[in-house]
Amino acid sequence: MDLGVKPVSFTSSSASWKSADGVSDQFPAGLRVLVVDDDPTCLRILEKMLKNCLYEVTTCNRAEVALKFLRDNKNGYDIVISDVHMPDMDGFKLLEHVGLEMDLPVIMMSADDSKNVVMKGVTHGACDYLIKPVRMEALKNIWQHVVRKKKHEWKEKDFEQSGSVDEVERQQKPPEDVDYSSSANEGNWKNSKKRKDEEDEAEERDDSSTLKKPRVVWSVELHQQFVTAVNQLGIDKAVPKKILELMNVPGLTRENVASHLQKYRLYLRRLSGVSQHQNGLGSSFMGPPDAPFGPMSSLSGVDLQALAASGQLPPQSLATIQAAALGRATTKSAIPVPLVDQRNIFSFENPKLRFVDGQQQQNINSKQVSLLHGIPTNMDSKQLATLHQSAQSFGSMSMHVHSQASQSNSLLTQMVQPPSRAQILNEINGSHALNLPSSAGQPVLSQAVPNAVLGRSGIENVRGPVFTSVSSPLQL
Amino acid sequence: MEVDQLQRTFHHYHASLFNEGFLDEQFVQLQQLQDESNPGFVVEVVSLFFEDSERLLNDLSKALDQENVDFRKIDAHVHQLKGSSSSIGAQRVRDACIAFRNFCDERNIEACLKCLQQVRQEYLLVKTKLEALLRLEQQIVAAGGASPM
Repeated sequence: MDLGVKPVSFTSSSASWKSADGVSDQFPAGLRVLVVDDDPTCLRILEKMLKNCLYEVTTCNRAEVALKFLRDNKNGYDIVISDVHMPDMDGFKLLEHVGLEMDLPVIMMSADDSKNVVMKGVTHGACDYLIKPVRMEALKNIWQHVVRKKKHEWKEKDFEQSGSVDEVERQQKPPEDVDYSSSANEGNWKNSKKRKDEEDEAEERDDSSTLKKPRVVWSVELHQQFVTAVNQLGIDKAVPKKILELMNVPGLTRENVASHLQKYRLYLRRLSGVSQHQNGLGSSFMGPPDAPFGPMSSLSGVDLQALAASGQLPPQSLATIQAAALGRATTKSAIPVPLVDQRNIFSFENPKLRFVDGQQQQNINSKQVSLLHGIPTNMDSKQLATLHQSAQSFGSMSMHVHSQASQSNSLLTQMVQPPSRAQILNEINGSHALNLPSSAGQPVLSQAVPNAVLGRSGIENVRGPVFTSVSSPLQL
Repeated sequence: MEVDQLQRTFHHYHASLFNEGFLDEQFVQLQQLQDESNPGFVVEVVSLFFEDSERLLNDLSKALDQENVDFRKIDAHVHQLKGSSSSIGAQRVRDACIAFRNFCDERNIEACLKCLQQVRQEYLLVKTKLEALLRLEQQIVAAGGASPM
């Protein structure tokens, strides 16, 4: 099949304008915009403004409805504009769905101009963020996002074509990576390979590709296998093809894995985005005092893992948590659960997972330091050097923290990190203390760790090294 | 003659609304969106705003009247009112909403109640003014003049 570069035509609606390579005179007139906003006043105004730009506008006031429109008419829209705060579904959730399922550029908008919300837009892959009240000028140029995205996709197509033709042919589901906005938040995790899909190409290859695949249900076991595979490969190297091979599930296709992987990455990124953003350098790793860690669920999550690891709890339950976590809205309350999953990633490589809670020794040992999250889970004190190296890859934040505490176990200084790490931190602290020869604070610790996990009575305001000396008890 | 007079009155009134801070630049955007194909656009949007605001104000009243006040809900309502008021350029309403949200953060019921009162007041004011403005426009058009919007 000849997959030579061809101009992308945005299907046959109204003013059929071509891509940047073949721009027709009417472009960007006819751009098909879907606007989602629960505020009727704003919706009407936007509609009018967009129409004045000669765009083709579809409005809806519910995110669910918007998704339905999009799903029913996969190629019917070029771009989506969505409000952030909506009653039925968080705008960011919609953003994720659209990114995953349709891979359309999404512009977020809100009257809220606070930095974290805007940042959230970035981390979730929004291609732009408009502050309300939206002006005509802001809307006039939204077509650039469509063009830009298409351009990216062609580049990928070229790249793809040098690879296996077969793969490209079968590729019709959402690409692995939607986020073509700045990867500022992603630390070491680079978008090494963006595999974008051409909706139109998929459509044209109707005959060869299997467009209508039976929907795969990501059951708990399946997800478990997926996570295993990802961890085995390493989050950086986990590509759908390899994951698929490792999983070895008959009937599962690469696209299924690809789309699931994307979701997984988004949610991981969300974590790092949240955490990295919430904390500046060296701030208390408890983070904002109102950080709703939902500590109890974290604790129970940890317990579950411990139990799972020790074989007392079926892995299904554990994976259920993970599966649930993946499906969760991007709210803060999701942090505790993902936190659990996060640990799972790290600990997965090490089957000898033991937890502090109720147990004596914890060995959170993972050679694969989470580059994504910047948490060295390797507790071996001999491997400070390793940590130091990995710390360097975490960027200046870690380094700064690390250098602050050269005197003592700088392992723990690494812990002075975003609040969402607090739980891991506490556990690690606990374990570390337990491993110390002079365990002056040991009884305190083993009791305190569960408390610490609760995130409140635990280690608060720890800025520097937690252990200034081996003999001093953990500050609690 | 009458039309001219009406037009003058309109422009004068229109200017004063901006000078007194009731309306801001965003309202001008609305006006610019009105054209021959959509002659009733401003009326339409303003009506939507009135409807929506009244609903929100009622919801806010109810929410503040609860035994256990749900501040997050209140904040959500106020946020929405802020959004819609800023979209039509109802500046003073928007500003009152901003103040309201601050007190929501503090979870101060008394202050919130005062804020609600303030927001409501500003809303009623701008409503009266907009209705007067739109009535003038209507009269001009009825008298055979072109819409001054």
